[in-house]
Amino acid sequence: MKDTHPIEITVNGRVHEIEVESRRTLADVLRHDLGYTGTHLGCEHGICGACTVLLDGLPVRSCLLFGVQADECEVETVEGLESDGRLNPLQEAFSAHHGLQCGFCTPGFLMLATGFLRENLDPTEEEVREAVSSNLCRCTGYQGIIEAVLDAAGKGGERTETAADETAASETSRNQEESVSVEDVSLSGAGEANQ
Amino acid sequence: MKPAAFEYRKASTVEEAVEQLTQLGDDAKLLAGGQSLVAMMNFRLVRPSALVDVKGILDLQYVEANGEGLKIGALTPHRWIETMEDPGVLEGFSVLKSAARWVGHYPIRTLGTFGGSIAHADPSAEWCMLATLLDAEMVVVGPGGERMIPASDFFQGFFTTALEPDEMIIEVRFPEPAPYAALQEFARRAGDYGIVAAAVALDLQGGECRSARVVLGGVSDVPLRIPEAEQVLEGADIGQEVFKEAGQEAAKVIDPPSDVQGTAEYRRDLAATLIQRALTEAVAKVKEAADAR
Ligand SMILES: Cc1cc2nc3c(=O)[nH]c(=O)nc-3n(C[C@H](O)[C@H](O)[C@H](O)COP(=O)(O)OP(=O)(O)OC[C@H]3O[C@@H](n4cnc5c(N)ncnc54)[C@H](O)[C@@H]3O)c2cc1C
Ligand code: FES
Ligand code: FES
Repeated sequence: MKDTHPIEITVNGRVHEIEVESRRTLADVLRHDLGYTGTHLGCEHGICGACTVLLDGLPVRSCLLFGVQADECEVETVEGLESDGRLNPLQEAFSAHHGLQCGFCTPGFLMLATGFLRENLDPTEEEVREAVSSNLCRCTGYQGIIEAVLDAAGKGGERTETAADETAASETSRNQEESVSVEDVSLSGAGEANQ
Repeated sequence: MKPAAFEYRKASTVEEAVEQLTQLGDDAKLLAGGQSLVAMMNFRLVRPSALVDVKGILDLQYVEANGEGLKIGALTPHRWIETMEDPGVLEGFSVLKSAARWVGHYPIRTLGTFGGSIAHADPSAEWCMLATLLDAEMVVVGPGGERMIPASDFFQGFFTTALEPDEMIIEVRFPEPAPYAALQEFARRAGDYGIVAAAVALDLQGGECRSARVVLGGVSDVPLRIPEAEQVLEGADIGQEVFKEAGQEAAKVIDPPSDVQGTAEYRRDLAATLIQRALTEAVAKVKEAADAR
């Protein structure tokens, strides 16, 4: 007989009341029972971080937590980052800095960075590197991800800007993009020399 | 993979947790942060018949100065130790805070607990090493009441401890301050278990070492004390030469495993280097303390 439990779980501000089997991980509850398929699963044992979501504001691996444990908790997933079809500054920064290629790892990195930037308003590059080392990406080589997180930190992370801020922000991001692309050339050059 | 089916129960007090463990039988397990247990269940390396979720026993989340020593509630998340600011605690136990950043990754430290790590007993776990280094005692509650288990009896082998199946760790006690202790490790990716880790604690009088403790992780089935390295240090004038000798002595006497992470030879080299680094860090703390005065 299945061991099931009723839970009340708030996802991106929306309350869901469902019955879950105790062995169902939070990742599977989100994906299969509630349709939040933006949360990805890579390894299912805590190594890759693709499944990272925020639980009561803190980043956690949703593959290492059962859905029943999230009863009466607030969960934030990647679906909650945009508003009215507009990406938030962190997502914009990932796009601007090529922080993604295939995109499989991206929801996990975005939620990791969201939690991280809420706790660290003004992180150093080293702190960003250490936080980013929690998750795996097989495409980007991480540099773009680190630059995106640093850039978003400068813009107040996830805060949605006013129209006036936006012009200023997009200008800075364009300027930074230019300077980054110069760095990128030298970095990829160094990489080739190493090979 | 997905875990096998199990029965889920929740306990809101220690008494309730122990009662449920006793009722549910030997195949039942406590679920704390789940950061080791759920990973093993997903692999079906373990298939408990029931889990008793104790994460809601919030009374067991604390870090408290206890006279000279320190008490840590079993359900205190790693992240609390990493972010502790209390100068009264940091003066004697800064090694806990600086080692916390090596314990898993940031999203694992938010859920994983101090007591869970001790109960899981991975021989390279930082908390298990520091418990051995600093003679911690585990306060354990079972159906028969409370008992204390010293670290030297507690860790018995890979993932094997002196705990009975119906017992729960409620607190870990560090008896004495250890201002000059340090932990150093090497992992390929920050946050993964160290391939080898070294923890040291020194008692210094002027430039002379009165007593020393050296513990290695990742080289045996338990956090391993290395008396041979301690003897090199005891009574010696401290300095890089002696540190190097202590490391080399340790490398000679250990019999580490070879696996995909590295050969036994590589682990010996790491042990020597990391002991030297940890000793250097511990002595830097002495200087810092002197400068502050
Ligand atoms: C990718 C990854 C990397 C990691 N790297 C490290 C690392 O570098 N260093 C490190 O130390 N750890 C590491 N961990 C493990 C992490 O620290 C865990 O949090 C810890 O080992 C277990 O604590 P928990 O609270 O999650 O316990 P759980 O996973 O809930 O439980 C673990 C075991 O202990 C038992 N248990 C739990 N609490 C108690 C208690 N109070 N009394 C009696 N028994 C209890 C459970 O029944 C279970 O058998 C890593 C984990 C992952 C997934
Ligand atoms: S799927 Fe959860 S950490 Fe990889
Ligand atoms: S973008 Fe492909 S795994 Fe990260």
